[in-house]
Amino acid sequence: MPEPTETVPTPSVPEPLPEMVPAPEPSRQRWFLRFTLAQRYLHAVLFTTFLVLAATGMVMRFSGSVWAIRLARQVGGFGAILFFHKFCALLLTLAFLIHVRDVLARGVFHREKGIFWGSTSMVANWKDVKDLFAHFRWFLGLGPKPQFERYAYWEKFDYWAVFWGMVVIGFSGYAMWFAPFFARFLPGWALNAALIIHSEEGLLAILFIFAIHFVNTHLRPDSFPMDYVIFTGRESEEEFKQRRPLEYQRMIAEGRSATRITDAPPKWLINFSRVVGFTAILIGLTLLVLALSAYFVG
Amino acid sequence: MKKHFSIGVSIFASVLLFALPARPLRAQTDCLSCHGTPGMTDASGKSVSVDGDKFHASIHGSLKCTDCHANVKGYPHPANAAQVDCSTCHADEASGLAGSVHAKASAGAPGAPGVGATGSPEHPCLSCHGDPHQIVPRTDPASPVYPLNIPKTCGACHGNPALAKQHGLTNVYGLYMDSIHGFAVSREGLLVAANCTSCHGSHGILSHTNPQSPTYRTNIPNTCGKCHVGINEQYQAGIHGKAVAAGNQNAPVCTDCHTAHTILEPTSAEFRMQSTPVCGNCHRDKFSTYRDTFHSQLGLLGGYVQTARCWDCHQAHEILPARDPRSPIAPANLITTCGKCHIGANASFVQYQPHANPRNRRLSPALYFIRLFMNLLLASVLTFFLIHTVLWLVRSHLARSNGGKHA
Repeated sequence: MPEPTETVPTPSVPEPLPEMVPAPEPSRQRWFLRFTLAQRYLHAVLFTTFLVLAATGMVMRFSGSVWAIRLARQVGGFGAILFFHKFCALLLTLAFLIHVRDVLARGVFHREKGIFWGSTSMVANWKDVKDLFAHFRWFLGLGPKPQFERYAYWEKFDYWAVFWGMVVIGFSGYAMWFAPFFARFLPGWALNAALIIHSEEGLLAILFIFAIHFVNTHLRPDSFPMDYVIFTGRESEEEFKQRRPLEYQRMIAEGRSATRITDAPPKWLINFSRVVGFTAILIGLTLLVLALSAYFVG
Repeated sequence: MKKHFSIGVSIFASVLLFALPARPLRAQTDCLSCHGTPGMTDASGKSVSVDGDKFHASIHGSLKCTDCHANVKGYPHPANAAQVDCSTCHADEASGLAGSVHAKASAGAPGAPGVGATGSPEHPCLSCHGDPHQIVPRTDPASPVYPLNIPKTCGACHGNPALAKQHGLTNVYGLYMDSIHGFAVSREGLLVAANCTSCHGSHGILSHTNPQSPTYRTNIPNTCGKCHVGINEQYQAGIHGKAVAAGNQNAPVCTDCHTAHTILEPTSAEFRMQSTPVCGNCHRDKFSTYRDTFHSQLGLLGGYVQTARCWDCHQAHEILPARDPRSPIAPANLITTCGKCHIGANASFVQYQPHANPRNRRLSPALYFIRLFMNLLLASVLTFFLIHTVLWLVRSHLARSNGGKHA
């Protein structure tokens, strides 16, 4: 279908803007929607419950350390720690189920394209493998920077790591919570295994999110100090073009930019994002330091 | 007025008596005619006054003064009366005291019972028994050796940090008073609660290093068992009791878990928190694997005491090996034992290994490989992304410093 009204200058292949040219005025800047409100809420529930689960889980995992015992006392002892852990586990399970239902509804019932396969899907494809190698070549100065689609390979990894993590941690957690019930189907030693799997996978999640995800998504020079898109849902045209040129070009080519265009993020939302985001990052980095010190120092 | 009268009587009596040759004294009346004077002192300023009424009410009230003050035959009497020898009547007690730690301590230590010196009154018996002319039966609440008064009496010395230090002793009085026995004595006035003498004896107190002592290591179960008969029977039937009976000096006795003086209510949070590591002193591997489990992890936090401790599964006193069918950890009893906390525990549930060691490939192969897999997963994912992230950061910085706005 033709799109004659498309007026956006085609972003002929990345030619760095000369330093002298001033950035487009904010009022003239166009903004595109990357994440829907529902997706942003999902992320908010995910990271809020994850922070609490991580904090309380680490207190249990490293229950011999001084800070764990102090923290437990501060919040009312072990009973409170386990209560918060289970409460957030239930919330996160609920969010997980809503997400799965949403994906199935879009992909299976509404037959929406690009959910399970294609350039907008979260499912990994051959291009992701090529992007990974190309990215490494670019790191080493051996090639051009790869052009990414809607979800880059490391973003897909983040997604599936969390997805797999929730299944594994959730299942082993519920097995311990309702041990006598699960023992009807599982051998007794599976309960031993559940604790090992739960705590190791939990530690992996903590280290990965707070050390890798934070840097890749928020703290690296391009996004520093934080990528607000997951909080505001919007990104500027310039960011869009620069970060995911393939998706941008496809959108222009398909003439669908009008469906994605949105208003600039309101000031309050940016400020709110700042407060929430920095709080989360601060808590996360604190937990990272505690986890590393407890793991290596003992 | 009364005082003047007393002095008048004394002077009159002296004049009368000096005029006559020395003659036998009649019971106490003659003695008290002088010594009944309040405030009467000898040449050195020491009190030689006796309260006649109180003396008559005392356990020795029917005796004559000269029964004890044996070198006083008549009046006038020698300026210095000989020290009273209680052993004339109390021979067993005296010989016990002579062989006790107090007799040894008194050799170079003023104030210990068994020696006449400063701090203690003038006589070995009096540190504990008090005023010699007012000694009442130990069943009388006024007696310093009445069961409820004993801790305070012993505490006069054993609650004194300086003295404890001097003799290399623990300053036990405060510890005891805060213990379950001390509370029973001080708060509830429970006569049968263990006081110092219940365990240590009274006159013939021996060091705990002396095999004859009731506080000697292998005698302790029977010493505590004087009151705790049922527990002692269980203990003697258990693996620790049998080991002690067989002469194993390392097997635990009551005080190893309960301590000697700071004995706590065994269901209290504090006791439940402090005692598990005690078992770990000997059972190191079991303690270390216990520390890896949920039971222990939870137990450490904020004094969460409900989680299983050693004795919740193994019993506290009648500890039996799993192969003994009476043991709570015998396979046939596990559902009952685990079911105490885990409602709905079934045959599969109790296959859980509370001492599994995922580091031991031979004992727990499945858990060993699961742990290995998880560790490899953790290490490989983190290593890969750490390299990825560091390279990315470096490249981005280089790209930016080379003038490119975006990298």
